[in-house]
Amino acid sequence: TRALDYAPANQLHSEALTPEEKIITHNNFYEFGTGKSDPVENAQQFDVNPWSLRVEGLAEDPFTLDYDELFKQFPLEERIYRMRCVEAWSMVVPWIGFSLAALLKKAKPLSSAKYVAFETLYDPKQMPGQKSRFAGGGIEYPYVEGLRIDEAMHPLTLLSVGLYGKTLPPQNGAPIRLVVPWKYGFKSIKSITRIRLTDKRPPTTWNILAASEYGFYANVNPTVDHPRWSQASERRISSAGLFSRNRIDTKMFNGYDQVASLYQGMDLRKHF
Amino acid sequence: MSVAYSFKLKPAHLPWLKLSIHLGALIPLVLTYYQAFSDQLGGDPVTALLHFTGLGAFKLLLLSLTITPLARTFKQGLLINVRRLLGLYSFAYAFAHLVSYVLFDLQLDWTLLLSEIIKRPYITVGFAAWLILFSLTLTSTKKAQRSLGRRWQTLHNFVYLAVSLVALHFLWSVKSGLAEPLIYMVMSAALLLYRRDKLQRLVTKRIKNGQKLKK
Repeated sequence: TRALDYAPANQLHSEALTPEEKIITHNNFYEFGTGKSDPVENAQQFDVNPWSLRVEGLAEDPFTLDYDELFKQFPLEERIYRMRCVEAWSMVVPWIGFSLAALLKKAKPLSSAKYVAFETLYDPKQMPGQKSRFAGGGIEYPYVEGLRIDEAMHPLTLLSVGLYGKTLPPQNGAPIRLVVPWKYGFKSIKSITRIRLTDKRPPTTWNILAASEYGFYANVNPTVDHPRWSQASERRISSAGLFSRNRIDTKMFNGYDQVASLYQGMDLRKHF
Repeated sequence: MSVAYSFKLKPAHLPWLKLSIHLGALIPLVLTYYQAFSDQLGGDPVTALLHFTGLGAFKLLLLSLTITPLARTFKQGLLINVRRLLGLYSFAYAFAHLVSYVLFDLQLDWTLLLSEIIKRPYITVGFAAWLILFSLTLTSTKKAQRSLGRRWQTLHNFVYLAVSLVALHFLWSVKSGLAEPLIYMVMSAALLLYRRDKLQRLVTKRIKNGQKLKK
């Protein structure tokens, strides 16, 4: 990783940041193994330069960004977000990046574009999880995710290229990843190579694997349990030790109430 | 089979065998908790502890159930002497597993513990297995064996149910990647299959007893 030029977050976050050491050693990135410490162990040789991020589909001006452009095309800013994993743990992360909306606007989406589909790099040579079903946890690759266009255009939705002032470590989704802070972590797809505007709801990886457990929306919602565990509370990963009282109540939309209007009139028990 | 092995376990070997079981079970446990308390166990030491103790309990339980087949196949009758020790260590790990879950994961939220035991099938079966192993531990002494008489064997046959429940607990607890829990399930099934005659007898006896009661 190397240092980045960015505008620091302009307001202090009320919650303590999760230490950098924890953010870069506790990861779900099945392309590098299913254990929480597998990505940090297996991803260090991951070569992200050259990179190519293609923005395409129902847009007037499709384009491709190379590695350097990821950091130069849009002004970078720091955003401190809570990140809530579907496994009921959470962190507070100082991301660096730019709005997904800025990127999409550059492509000039057509009015027929209703959804945005994302795809992670497919490279079994570099990603052991893609090479072997055993190492990759039995999910289908490449990893795919999707958002409704209004979710994608929401000012909170971030494309991140760094954290804690530096470029992203490979295990956190280098060189560029999505961050949707009001949704469970698995929506925030890593190491993106393709962003496609589409008129149909795109398939999403965890939904393909277990539709009854992982919905398309995956909004953080303490009132809708995962079929196999409660989502009412979460354990905040912090610097304090084993005995710290870090179990906290989970908030609707992970506390980002400003997105509630996106889902007005929807039954969030059905569209979980 | 004409495999010639001259090794025969002798009483003098037993203390050494037991010592290596003590060390093999205790050293990793102490080291892992030391790492957890000093925050050297990855980003989330709580999850790491739960995985380590849970898997450790399962491995030791499987090992204890492997002793009888091993002793019979290789005609090492004395091996039976370490079975109880392995069973006790299996419960020690299971005990650490539950205590870590309540203390570090749920953080003494007893209402949540109760609702999780009731609402989450994988926790329900895990807790049931824990209770079985607990009762086997309480009755593991020679004294308990004498005072319980024939009922002791009946009670300790529940270890077969326990290992099945533990296998289910593991399978249902994972988010994806069924390969590892399935491997453990196959190992458990193989050990139960070895005892198919005994299990069949137990089941038919149950059914007969049930019919007697009805009459």
